[in-house]
Amino acid sequence: MLEIHNLCAGVDGNPILKDLSLQVKTGEVHAIMGPNGSGKSTLAQVLAGRSDYEVTGGTVTFNGVNLLEMKPEDRARAGLFLAFQYPVEIPGVNSTVFLKAALNECRKARGEEELDAVEFLDLVKQKTKLLELDPALLSRSVNEGFSGGEKKRNEIFQMAVLDPKLAILDETDSGLDIDALKVVAGGVNKLRRPDNATLVITHYQRLLNYIVPDIVHVLVQGRIVKSGGKELALELEERGYDWVLEAVGSNGER
Amino acid sequence: MIDTLKERKTSPAPERAGVTAAADGPEAQAVLDAFAKADTGRFPAWLREIRGAARAQAGQLGFPTMGQEEWRFTNMAPLLQLPLHPAEKAPLKLTRRDLERFDLGVDAHRLVFVDGHFCPDLCSLPEKGNGLKLGNLLGNLAAPEVEKHLARHAQADANFFTALNTAFFQDGAFVSIAAGQAAPKPVHLLFIGASAQAGATALSRNLILAGSGARLKVIESHVGLSDGARVTNTMTELALGPEAEVEHCKVQQESASAFHVATVQAAQAKDSRWTSHSIATGARLARNQIQTRLEAEGASAILNGLFLADADQLIDHHTVVDHAKPHCESHEFYHGILAGRAHGVFNGKIFVRQDAQKTNAKQTNRNLLLSDNAMIDAKPQLEIFADDVKCTHGATVGQLNDEAIYYLRTRGIGLAQARRMLIQAFASGVLERIGIEALRARLEEVLAERFKTAGI
Repeated sequence: MLEIHNLCAGVDGNPILKDLSLQVKTGEVHAIMGPNGSGKSTLAQVLAGRSDYEVTGGTVTFNGVNLLEMKPEDRARAGLFLAFQYPVEIPGVNSTVFLKAALNECRKARGEEELDAVEFLDLVKQKTKLLELDPALLSRSVNEGFSGGEKKRNEIFQMAVLDPKLAILDETDSGLDIDALKVVAGGVNKLRRPDNATLVITHYQRLLNYIVPDIVHVLVQGRIVKSGGKELALELEERGYDWVLEAVGSNGER
Repeated sequence: MIDTLKERKTSPAPERAGVTAAADGPEAQAVLDAFAKADTGRFPAWLREIRGAARAQAGQLGFPTMGQEEWRFTNMAPLLQLPLHPAEKAPLKLTRRDLERFDLGVDAHRLVFVDGHFCPDLCSLPEKGNGLKLGNLLGNLAAPEVEKHLARHAQADANFFTALNTAFFQDGAFVSIAAGQAAPKPVHLLFIGASAQAGATALSRNLILAGSGARLKVIESHVGLSDGARVTNTMTELALGPEAEVEHCKVQQESASAFHVATVQAAQAKDSRWTSHSIATGARLARNQIQTRLEAEGASAILNGLFLADADQLIDHHTVVDHAKPHCESHEFYHGILAGRAHGVFNGKIFVRQDAQKTNAKQTNRNLLLSDNAMIDAKPQLEIFADDVKCTHGATVGQLNDEAIYYLRTRGIGLAQARRMLIQAFASGVLERIGIEALRARLEEVLAERFKTAGI
């Protein structure tokens, strides 16, 4: 589904991702772990199409198309979803109006009929239950005045409504207490299907107890230095990131 | 962020000489003569006196120039170069169907004026007996309350245009709600510009009175039937009795080549509440004076405004909140959206008189510049002569939030739509304050239409 080859990207001339390669197949859940500043969020943003980052090399194909040439909205319409680490508050833009417009753009791109107000509200009702999200939040402006937990829950709720092929969760666990974490992870698990895929970006192993990955990658200084099964996450949790750094001998590179 | 200014400004005496802004245009005196010649109306003695005095003041004031502080951002020359003359009664015969496109979706009583002239056939008047009097001003000049209030609240000698209006107004609306009564429906005053003659000027004068404890909502809309370099010069005076509550919503959607000069002046008695909205999207050049005087304790005023200009439009709002007595409150909230080469002006003046202790005044002006060539002059102006007051003001100028646009795009919403959603949200920040729900909904649509013509 997603093929990243030798991706190099940076901001303001500073390289952040260096020759990063990664393949995610349909039906898989991948986790990307790594210390602060290793480039995890940069990867997420480059995939979503943020223009602040400059791609200086490599290729990214998403279901066979060159992702890097697409506008952010076209990536979303093609089935890519990014759950933001810091969801943006947008005063004055009603959550429901926003999400209906977004869904119908995605549906149009998929050649599906647009949903009318009644159909849309039915869908919303279903999905708010899945995320145990207070439906009252949807009558408010997008993320405005939401608590940290509500914002994260709202991201996964949007994901549930838009039904993407590939979901990238950027530090979705940060700022969540354990109960909220279980709800959010439960929602993500219920959305897992053989025909979609998930890329979980996280600093801590905790989330991976609930969203169990097929493959864990360790991202250090802009490249993936180690990949393994779910046990790798536990090992990182126990021993920290230093042993990986030592094992790959990457110290002194920066 | 409390910013209490305590300074006594001695502004230089305004330049009052009759300097002509437009070298090639007519002199102020010639304009006055043209209006005087056509002024054949018969008026009661008290009004003749007022009109005569105003005419003399107009001659003394002359045309405003950019050298004067009140006009430093706004060049009136394009208007003053026109052959200004009173608009004649349009020969066309409008039907109710012709007016449908000016409907604001509100179930309202309606008065209609075309080029300043009253059109009784097109009006929808209330049944008698609920305390609401509604009619044209000329038809109500004999009413004692008209003599008591007309031209007593707005200063005729504020500038050339107010003096001209006072001296020569053709007609206008008279709205009066008796003490203790609530108007069953809003009142819609519809002013239609029809003349295609350059410089044809509609001078309308409105008087809105609310007795003690009365409640009233008035919509004043200005539209154009077809494009033309015509001029609207309108003044609205409102007098609110003790505990009266009046909401006044002015909607300016004049044609693209038209000119619009307006004054809205309220006078507020004890514990009265006035809410003003000024929604302005039309005209080539529009100047609005929105002013209130809080004349007794406990009065409160809310001044909201939204202006949207594109191409070469200039939309100017000068507001004045005059805190004359203690324990009054005012809240001012203006948003400007400027595209193309448009120029916006917001000048918000707050006076706190020596006697006006415990004043609470707040002013917010936010402006959105959508192009590199758009421009805004934002000037908060606080003149505070009391020492125990709370006054805050803030003006911001900015662009659309890139973070928000990106967020919307990552959900599948295209760039143009994302921008529109944010601009609409910015506008809604003002529109949502309008207390007439149907009007609010209609104005959202009007604005969406206007976005299209402005290429937003």
